[in-house]
Amino acid sequence: MKTVEEIKAAIEAAVPGAGVEIVPNPSVSGQHSLRLDPATARAVGKFLHDDTELALDFLSNVTGVDWPDKEIAEKVKVTRTVTKTVDGVEQSVEETVDETRKRVEPGCLEAVYHLYSVTRKHGPVVLRMRTVNRTGQVSLPSLTPVWRSAEFQEREVFDLFGIVFEGHPDLRRLLMWDAFTDHPMRRDYVEPDDFDYEPTAHDEVLARAQAHKDAAGQGTEAGQ
Amino acid sequence: MSNLPVDEAIDPLTVTGRPDGWNRPPLIEPDGEGELLEVAMGPHHPSTHGVFRMDVALDGERVIRLKPVFGYLHRNHEKIAEGISYLASMPYTDRLDYICPLTNNWAYALAVEKLTGQEVPERAEYLRVILGELTRFQNHASSIGFLIQEMGASGTPLMYAFREREKILDLFEELTGARMMCNYMRFGGCRVDPTAAWLDKTRKVVAGLYGFTEEVDRLLSGNEILMARTQGVGILRPELAVNAGVTGPMLRASGVNYDIRKVDGYSIYNRFSFKVPLGDHWDVYDRYMIRLLEMRESIKILEQALKDIPGGPVMDPKAKIRGFRPKPGEAYGRIEAPKGELGFYLISDGGPNPYRYRVRPPSLINLTVLEDMALGANMADVVLIFGSVDIVLGEVDR
Amino acid sequence: MAVDEGLKIELGKQGVLVTSLQELYNWGRRNSIWPMQFGLACCAIEMIATTMARYDLARFGAEVFRPSPRQADMMIISGTVTKKMAPQVVRLYNQMAEPKYVIAMGACAISGGPFKQGYNVLKGIDRYIPVDVHIPGCPPRPEALLDAFITLQKKIDGQHLTGEGRPRHLDAEAQGEFPVPVQGEHDLEPASNPGVWTVPVVIR
Ligand code: SF4
Repeated sequence: MKTVEEIKAAIEAAVPGAGVEIVPNPSVSGQHSLRLDPATARAVGKFLHDDTELALDFLSNVTGVDWPDKEIAEKVKVTRTVTKTVDGVEQSVEETVDETRKRVEPGCLEAVYHLYSVTRKHGPVVLRMRTVNRTGQVSLPSLTPVWRSAEFQEREVFDLFGIVFEGHPDLRRLLMWDAFTDHPMRRDYVEPDDFDYEPTAHDEVLARAQAHKDAAGQGTEAGQ
Repeated sequence: MSNLPVDEAIDPLTVTGRPDGWNRPPLIEPDGEGELLEVAMGPHHPSTHGVFRMDVALDGERVIRLKPVFGYLHRNHEKIAEGISYLASMPYTDRLDYICPLTNNWAYALAVEKLTGQEVPERAEYLRVILGELTRFQNHASSIGFLIQEMGASGTPLMYAFREREKILDLFEELTGARMMCNYMRFGGCRVDPTAAWLDKTRKVVAGLYGFTEEVDRLLSGNEILMARTQGVGILRPELAVNAGVTGPMLRASGVNYDIRKVDGYSIYNRFSFKVPLGDHWDVYDRYMIRLLEMRESIKILEQALKDIPGGPVMDPKAKIRGFRPKPGEAYGRIEAPKGELGFYLISDGGPNPYRYRVRPPSLINLTVLEDMALGANMADVVLIFGSVDIVLGEVDR
Repeated sequence: MAVDEGLKIELGKQGVLVTSLQELYNWGRRNSIWPMQFGLACCAIEMIATTMARYDLARFGAEVFRPSPRQADMMIISGTVTKKMAPQVVRLYNQMAEPKYVIAMGACAISGGPFKQGYNVLKGIDRYIPVDVHIPGCPPRPEALLDAFITLQKKIDGQHLTGEGRPRHLDAEAQGEFPVPVQGEHDLEPASNPGVWTVPVVIR
């Protein structure tokens, strides 16, 4: 099978203006992926499906990933001018100090597609698309018009992650009921508070373990 | 909802050209007499498959529209798995497709091994094949039993199927300690080493399985009622099957030669000789027949594996099964489960828990084509068509 | 009721059958409990296995699984009740005719079981409907389900037809219908039926 670089070149030759980016995968599996520009994604999908050499006619898996806003603390060297008294005279001196700055990297929702070829029996080719952010602009083009198998899976991603797939023929919630308003697979989802405390055998066991630890003089938190 | 136009030029096999959902005009024209009748089949048992609902619109007896409704068994497997360690998800995988726990274990172990690069000792691979094929056998046996039950033969074939299933479950129980929720495979091997007595017992059971396939063949394959009810019903064209991501016996019954055991050659499947049966009428009867033939092929694989199983450890001694932190990255591992391609997609962020954990459920995706197969069929056949897909709700909704 | 046990056995030996209306009534009820054909999850497979030849539920007069709630006497909650399914379960229960019984089979039906942390999983069906027998296990073995049947039969046998503690269907005052929860924007509303279930109190 072609490598990701070759596939990228083939896409760029076939679909002009397709912004394809290789996302390397450092794990041993070595399944690198291609990040598509949502604007041309459907054309790229159609090319991958129809191309006789790639013939990626089987879309196996569609899923979403939530990448929440990340707060990144980084140390930067800042040069600033301070007024100091040197030898009884006030002077402006340049000074370099370390400063911790917090920067918020905006999050996004990502849709991941795993493609295989039934005709040529190769794969997987992994495609990814990212939304602009997690709140307002959460739409991506649907690939259901190219691969029918995305139909239910994109509905599931819409339901659980809240990605709106433009051009999907029947975009409704798949798993949760229609009146439900949250997207539970997002990482900041707050579960309903119905987990009433019920004593379990476990509590007793934990308490006993704690007692043993206390007796041995190495008190740690229960539940460790 | 969408402002992108649905692309007219795209293959009509796909859903394009069908406007929104339930309210779209019927694909099949009603004959103009009488009213359409809308029936909600389920979620309390449309058949023997669990909490699944089909919203069906009928013109007389003919199905004009069919919309499956899911989620009645959505148990949040993926969300829970993202909050616990890699190992702790293993027992949850048993509960996905609860008829075939061991293949679920296997798919998950395979995906984690892909992520971490762990090796599996040879004996463990053999054990996995043996258990996987036993699982496939009992799944296909029960699925044929359920199918016939749905045809109206209440009890008898299912009892035969369960008689066989109990024998296999006894083997599972002896080895793993549980009839159904085996929780047996581990990353880098299997949990316990079987005794020689267990292997002997397995050989005996496997030798008896031929009798069962013969019995089913004699009892059912030529049965006039079965043929009348299933032949030519629920036809699924191969182009649509591939495009809709249908896998497993369903796909092969549509004549597409795609068996992941052959294609990926994962584990040690390339060491065994077995055939991939294919259908050529693409109907419910073919799906029944494919399952029957696959059972025979499974016995062949079992015999070979039980003959050659080597000694040695069942766990890689260096393997870490708990408390490991895979390097950041991702992996998609898949196997040919009895119902189709069962895949696990894992993303690691370097922590002890998976950052993203996704199950690719064959049962759900095979249902994509349910409406296409059922359109124009009689109401009574819908249950049969649905039964021939062979789903388990634990996996559909996860 | 007033008949002495020893005398009854003695008379039985002579071919005279002495019984009370209550005994006869309960004998009839307990030996033909028809379950509803209704499975929810993995436990349902063990329930099916119980009805098959090896475990043979028919020995206890309960092999006739009825697909319609109107014809069933007992509901086996065999598996995880999700929040999407819970209203339907309560509705099915309401549609069953009295006298009716409920067996909660498996950890999930009792408390949510392994999936208790799930956002869509009901933490025990006894939050909405009264349960007669709980069987722990994940899944409970077929033998455990048989034991639950026997337990239920004993319970029916011990019921008095009059006075305090008589079965619900003989008590005009008793609650027959249970409110069906509504699927709200985030959760079921209400999250439990206080008439059936109260939050357990932790005694430390
Ligand atoms: S108790 Fe266990 S076996 Fe039963 S439904 Fe729940 S998870 Fe499945």
